[in-house]
Amino acid sequence: MSSRPAPQIGFSFEYMMWIFTRISGLVMYLLAFIGIVMAFVMGARQQVDIGALARWTFFPNPNHVVDTNIPDVTLGWSNAWWQVMEMLMLFFAVTHGLNGVRVVVEDYMRNSWARALGRGVIFLLWIFMLIFGIYVILAS
Amino acid sequence: MALKRNVGLKGIKYRGGGPMISWALHRISGLAIVLFVGLHVISSFFMQQLGSDFATAINTVYESIYFQFVMIFIVLFHALNGLRVIILDLWPRLIKYQREATWLQWLIFIPAYGMTVVVMILNQLQGG
Repeated sequence: MSSRPAPQIGFSFEYMMWIFTRISGLVMYLLAFIGIVMAFVMGARQQVDIGALARWTFFPNPNHVVDTNIPDVTLGWSNAWWQVMEMLMLFFAVTHGLNGVRVVVEDYMRNSWARALGRGVIFLLWIFMLIFGIYVILAS
Repeated sequence: MALKRNVGLKGIKYRGGGPMISWALHRISGLAIVLFVGLHVISSFFMQQLGSDFATAINTVYESIYFQFVMIFIVLFHALNGLRVIILDLWPRLIKYQREATWLQWLIFIPAYGMTVVVMILNQLQGG
């Protein structure tokens, strides 16, 4: 039994996305780790249920983490720090996730028009989610 | 250009072995995460901006403990399996130990998920 071959090494879109999926996975591990550790360093010890932990892990915006007993994240440089963290997480998560959907589309949509439609929808969703997410980050 | 892979009905057919289960679970859990996170972001936005009842209902489902059990399973599995794939891909010589790596992955997954579930149930019973 052989596993699916990795894409040919070279400057192709498929190979770039193959690399990106792995790099972004590691980056999301790093961002999640920083979020959790900083939440506890800042004193989030009570009221951390699984929802609060997930919010600190993946998307620590002020509306999300208002219930944990840590200092305000919207003041001064702290705000800039967490907004940059959120934007990095947004970019890597949305791109990683929608690229995964794209691979599924390439695998299962045999008709060329269906595949073109699938790719188009995914590309529009990608742009939409990035703009939408940046709006949420800057507005909240 | 399609990726020239053998999928479709032939690909769905079970051909045995743990690796294929991991692959299928990874794909299903990835699609589930995209669906749930996308819906959560959009519904939170409409809840916040318009006070939509439908969006509030979606988020109420998401905050229920049963949904969280499923979600933690999916996210934790996808994260750990993804880490295993990354490590084996970055050091291809390790690929011959992939069965051991899969066992190690479940050895980490089961206590991590089990402890989370136990803590959540205890909190729930205390009314927290």
